[in-house]
Amino acid sequence: MKKTLTALAAAAIAAAMAAPALADLVVPNLSYRTGPYAPSGIPYADGFNDYFTLLNERDGGIGGQKVVVPECETAYNTEKGVECYEATKGSGSLVYNPLSTGITYQLIPKVSADGIPMYTPGYGRTSASNGKVFGWIFNYPANYWDGASVAIKHLLDLNGGSLQGKKITLLYHNSAYGKEPIRTLQELSKKHGFTLIELAVDHPGQEQKSQWLQIRRDRPDYVLMWGWGAMNAVAVQEAANIRYPMENFIGVWWSGSENDVLPAGEGAHGYKSLAMHGTGMDYPVYADLKKYVHDAGKASGAGDQVGSVLYSRGMYAALVISEAIRKAQEIHGTATITPAQLRDGFEQLEITEARMTELGLPGFGQPFKASCADHGGPGATLIQQWDAKARKWSLITGFIAPDDEVLTPLVLEDSAAYARENAIAERCN
Amino acid sequence: MFYREAGDFKTSYVDDSQTFPIRFDRMRYYAVLVVGFGIIPFVINDYWANAVFVPFLIYAIAAIGLNILTGYCGQVSLGTGGFMAVGAYACYKLMTGFPEVPILIHVLLAGGVTAGVGVLFGLPSLRIKGFYLAVATLAAQFFLVWLFNKVPWFYNHSASGQITAPERTVLGIALTGPNTSAAAKYLFCLCLCVALAWLARNLTRGAMGRRWMAIRDMDIAAEIIGVNPLTAKLSAFAVSSFFIGVAGALFFAVYLGAVEVGEAFGINKSFLVLFMIIIGGLGSIFGSFAGAAFLVLLPVFLKNVLVGGLGWPTDLAAHIELMIVGGLIVVFLIAEPHGLAQLWRVAKEKLRLWPFPH
Repeated sequence: MKKTLTALAAAAIAAAMAAPALADLVVPNLSYRTGPYAPSGIPYADGFNDYFTLLNERDGGIGGQKVVVPECETAYNTEKGVECYEATKGSGSLVYNPLSTGITYQLIPKVSADGIPMYTPGYGRTSASNGKVFGWIFNYPANYWDGASVAIKHLLDLNGGSLQGKKITLLYHNSAYGKEPIRTLQELSKKHGFTLIELAVDHPGQEQKSQWLQIRRDRPDYVLMWGWGAMNAVAVQEAANIRYPMENFIGVWWSGSENDVLPAGEGAHGYKSLAMHGTGMDYPVYADLKKYVHDAGKASGAGDQVGSVLYSRGMYAALVISEAIRKAQEIHGTATITPAQLRDGFEQLEITEARMTELGLPGFGQPFKASCADHGGPGATLIQQWDAKARKWSLITGFIAPDDEVLTPLVLEDSAAYARENAIAERCN
Repeated sequence: MFYREAGDFKTSYVDDSQTFPIRFDRMRYYAVLVVGFGIIPFVINDYWANAVFVPFLIYAIAAIGLNILTGYCGQVSLGTGGFMAVGAYACYKLMTGFPEVPILIHVLLAGGVTAGVGVLFGLPSLRIKGFYLAVATLAAQFFLVWLFNKVPWFYNHSASGQITAPERTVLGIALTGPNTSAAAKYLFCLCLCVALAWLARNLTRGAMGRRWMAIRDMDIAAEIIGVNPLTAKLSAFAVSSFFIGVAGALFFAVYLGAVEVGEAFGINKSFLVLFMIIIGGLGSIFGSFAGAAFLVLLPVFLKNVLVGGLGWPTDLAAHIELMIVGGLIVVFLIAEPHGLAQLWRVAKEKLRLWPFPH
């Protein structure tokens, strides 16, 4: 044991010496490339890394400062997430993006105490969109409750505006992530008169026989899914096995990547999912990525995930972070910003369609404008459908706006509860 | 040369029956305590506290708890994760229900609640033994996790089913919540760990521990010489669950700050703690520490060397790390089936004669 401790000390010193020079912009990537959630974690991490590599190679970083992206493996596990946070915190990290709702919940109090922004696009704690309470957390452009509301709106559109008497099953990952939309869906079921059946799938999600047996018995009109990692592919396969009509099966944006539908082959044809952004290789940015990153041999991971849904999402997250850094540099007139300055950048960030076109991603994401109170963005979402023959996702709707009439009171209620528990005074007044 | 008894005369029974009868061993023990209490708190930072020392101390408490039940009393348990969850949720309910009470009391009460639950799930041990008992405790593991997921009262009806530790203090020093200093966290866990280890050590070498060991070695023979199996087994379950409950409460409140029962206290946790005591050594307090150190510190150490030191990709490092830890477990168990504690014992015997073994 003594030997271990001595060696451990040596390793820590080595790690401390390897820390990047403080002038760089440090954006840690808390990723997971191992375990049951790796099918979802790998493409995201690759997209995130590659976009920053592109900025470094093509533009020499942001505002002349190179971006350093130290990667730390969390395996979607909260204990390792804490270790990664503590390990990277000391090296001047500007912002965290842990890609795990569980780790996000854990880090919300910590980053707020340490004064480091956390960016959780499309995941994490939904009520963090209320910037008055959650001063350091940002989750624009869309969150889970937006997603739940948009899915129901899409179903309303399909049913001529009424879901009266319909049965909708929510198949969810039995964790903070999967439980997030329940409250919204319960409210919406009251408003629209549909019956909500909740079916939980336990970690890691490979065992779903009994849930699908129940679905076969209940014959719900629609199935919504909040799944992640291996759970998604298993659910799509099980749905195909019981011949559930795929066009009535809608996943959240975390359940809509190629890795989730390809294993089921033809059976997955017609499966729908929400989408926060466009997908595919038809964007000019990919020419630059190919030239500066992939052909230069600097691609992250195996380099085989380019253009996939989750790769695009990792890239989108990196893009928003880089734009916030740029904004912060502009506000404070310095290239080497601090985490507190970056928070100002996030709060005053505005991404317009013109800017997205300039960045080589025209029509990729929705334009949004943040403010001190609004950390959540507009929350509009697309619906995409899987074409198993062409092996690609195609968008079947434009951006659908969520039902803020239901969501806003829920967000205020939940964030007020958090503020009360933790004695937080409202900002931005 | 080291660890020698020669010249170390005992003139009273108290001296003769102390925990560390050999002078050198005793000095080493005091030296560890001095370093632990006197030096580390002043140099510790957030990383060392949260990634190394706090998890090590908490797992050590859990391992001592399981060692009392499995190592000393011979009752195999796979319910450790479930019992840690009881400790965590009891602590959460107490923390949120009685915010003005110091957290130390809540942690100890959470251990008490877990002791009660442990006795309840220990009842089958009066009829079944060995593998069958392991399966019965496995039921406890799954039932408890299911319960904390299912009943919203346990997580105060929060939307996500997560429990989050609010800030609580002892004597005005924050011990839970995000504003806790690394030294406070560490010292709180260290105090509890040392106190509980001291308690466990003295329980196991007293009358109660002897009864447990008699039951472990042969329960029928123990019954014939007058050991009541009912009280012996249930007391082992109670004491063991108390320790595990305290570990669970610390794990949630001090270490992680927010947990989700399925992820933090799943069956993997039960196996992890069981592996700790098997690798460390069954029926040994030192073994519990050694096993906890092996399984908590080694992965962190390997990660730092492979990713931080050698610059390997994180996924490759994570896979290699699993292989190295697994391989080392096999190597250690082949080299010494009785665990690291036995290796330590053998090493001490050798050192006693060194450098003149004949």
